[in-house]
Amino acid sequence: MSAKDSMQLINGYPAYMRESIEKVAATRAQRIKEGSPAPMSAEEREEVLTNWHPDYKADRKRDLAIGVSKGARMPHEVADVLEAYPVVSADQIDVSLPDIEVQVLILGGGGAANVAALHAVGAGIAPEQILMASKLRLGDCNSIMAQGGIQAADRAVDSPAIHYLDVLGGGHYTNNPELVRALVNDGPMIIDWHEKLGALYDKVDGNYLEAHGGGTSRMRMHSAKDYTGLELMRVLRDEVRNVGIPVVEFAPAIELLLDRDGHAAGAVLLNLETDEYVVVKANAVVLATGGFGRLHIQGYPTTNHYGATADGLVLAYRAGAGLIDMDSVQYHPTGVAYPAAILGQLATEKLRNQGAEPVNADGESFVYPLEPRDVEAAAIIRECYGNENGIATPSEIRGVWLDTPMIDEIHGPGTLKKRLAAMWMMWNRHGIDITKDPALVFPTLHYQNGGVEIDADTQTAVPGLFAGGEVAGGVHGKNRLMGNSLLDYNVFGRRAGLSAAAWAQSNTPKDLSLKHVDDYAESLEAAGVKHERTAPMILPDYRREAVVARSLDVL
Amino acid sequence: MEEPRMTQIFIMGKAYDVPAGITIMDAMEHAGYRFIRGAGCRSGFCGACGTVYRKEGEYRLEFALACQEMVEEGMHLTQLPFTPAPRADYVLDDLDPNENVLLQFYPAIARCVSCNTCTKACPQEIEVMDYVQAALRGDLKQVAELSFDCIQCGLCSMRCPADIKHYHLAQMARRLHSVSSSPEPEHLTERVAQIACGACEGDLNELMQMDLDGLKAQYAAREIEKVPEETL
Repeated sequence: MSAKDSMQLINGYPAYMRESIEKVAATRAQRIKEGSPAPMSAEEREEVLTNWHPDYKADRKRDLAIGVSKGARMPHEVADVLEAYPVVSADQIDVSLPDIEVQVLILGGGGAANVAALHAVGAGIAPEQILMASKLRLGDCNSIMAQGGIQAADRAVDSPAIHYLDVLGGGHYTNNPELVRALVNDGPMIIDWHEKLGALYDKVDGNYLEAHGGGTSRMRMHSAKDYTGLELMRVLRDEVRNVGIPVVEFAPAIELLLDRDGHAAGAVLLNLETDEYVVVKANAVVLATGGFGRLHIQGYPTTNHYGATADGLVLAYRAGAGLIDMDSVQYHPTGVAYPAAILGQLATEKLRNQGAEPVNADGESFVYPLEPRDVEAAAIIRECYGNENGIATPSEIRGVWLDTPMIDEIHGPGTLKKRLAAMWMMWNRHGIDITKDPALVFPTLHYQNGGVEIDADTQTAVPGLFAGGEVAGGVHGKNRLMGNSLLDYNVFGRRAGLSAAAWAQSNTPKDLSLKHVDDYAESLEAAGVKHERTAPMILPDYRREAVVARSLDVL
Repeated sequence: MEEPRMTQIFIMGKAYDVPAGITIMDAMEHAGYRFIRGAGCRSGFCGACGTVYRKEGEYRLEFALACQEMVEEGMHLTQLPFTPAPRADYVLDDLDPNENVLLQFYPAIARCVSCNTCTKACPQEIEVMDYVQAALRGDLKQVAELSFDCIQCGLCSMRCPADIKHYHLAQMARRLHSVSSSPEPEHLTERVAQIACGACEGDLNELMQMDLDGLKAQYAAREIEKVPEETL
């Protein structure tokens, strides 16, 4: 085959990949008959993680130089935004005359923020006494992109205790047990709440269609096709609108405000279109700003939304909140490896819980398909770069096949398109029919396992500041299981809304200040950090370098 | 790696050479645009990046999500900032799921002229006009099923000559269908009651007090529930 011929697309894939695709097809029937490889032992997990998981590369991390969690180890990219200078100083902004005063200020527009807002109203805060401030639109967030499902131990063969053990083992026993307890105990109540709000979960004969996820010992994954995150987010958002909770979009917080007692007292918001700042005074603040995927840790592509730039971590840390488990990053085992146009986008774990297994270039299965995510990801990296059994793409990365045609082989024709409509459409837009051909995948940066340290009521080290969802850490320890992030933002978004409402009803901040921001800048100076970086980042910059280099700021 | 093949596109009338085989969103960033509006999840789920374009030599407008659609030679494109459509506030528990409820909150559906422009505008390939017709008949179930993949980008409502607010009425229909016709499974109700009365506390407390070796042994001994044959 000539070089040109080998790049000719046949049903969406370059011709040179067809030989490998045929091997996958040829072994399919036998693999289904024999079943996937057995789950790894604790020792095997340890071995593959240590040698192949990106988190275990010591040179990709450093110890944080300043602040309350000084010395905490974390990826350079995260340390870079924490060891960065503020974009404003106290003398630039008069915070003594706030533009807006509310009881509860909610920073973020995603899952945790919407859940917190609804529960703050439920706890007695008038809707007009709440303000939600979102960087992008209400609902432009990672929560809306979640596909596979949400865990909750609601079946007779299951229990919160069994869920607890799955979460703790998956997180390598590093989770905060109190937070795990809250997660698993509140789970069924959350699904019940969703039912009352009119969310449409998948049901067969009136019962949930529940499945396994990586690292689960019971089938407790509730789903809404592969639009689970979308279905929940649009219902929550619709209810926030029904209730009439004020929302300001394209207005991220650039700093928190503290009062004279060091309590959270509001925030400075920035109108992204006019560049005008707005000072908001609040009795309580909920931090629901999501994670850090757009920092592209270790150069990985990400499944995350455009605004996932760790702003909440930066703001909370400057205000004195502690961070936990920041050394740990979740790489989803199956991001898109081909086509390049959608590189790193999510290929949901639901593909695997419905029967698809990872397969190498020779059509051999090499890993139990539902290991916890860190283990599954490390096994795929090992297959590509250790065992040299990956498939090289035209953009010179490697991937393995996710044998998606197995789903209809196992469950019957039409299953994939019905249960995984979003996945079918994503590849179909690029001429690939995943009911006929496998999908090429490789791990992609997916989730911030750690975050702001909270207790079970979501209280941070800063009184009056409550955090829930991906911005907070401790729930998942060093590795989150599938289906526990949707549960997390509901459980801890709810608790944050309730806690903030209670705090707001009995506390009024006095003498607002940005002094902590100046203090933070001073400690950066003292630690010898150069004036090279500022944070929060707000949005990543994907413009071509050649354009940026020639851009003039004239207007 | 080879130099990428370039292709020429027009962004709001100006010509730019961009690499072939990338999405409209990536192409605009390659050209030097930095998005504030018009970019969200970048994976086809949030509906922030509705895009309108014309192909060279065509008179017809096409619609897509900028984060999912590939650039083509001679594409003339612009991005539409998301334009909110009016929606009707309602109290879910107070709604009566009768055949007129959607018409009552969204009377404009009676003005549907069956032009199918909404369906043609939908980047999710939803049969939008069909669910508007189902809404007219008061068939909540069919509206819910047909509209399920809706990402609420709003392109349908921007194009509609009858000013129907498709994606809002579909949202209301799905929620109402769920609470009126898709009841909560009993095992969930029972488990919620068990947790509320503290029946699950004992097992949890036992695990919380267990030392690390004990937990590891318990974890290793977990029985993994088998997927029942009938679902295979």
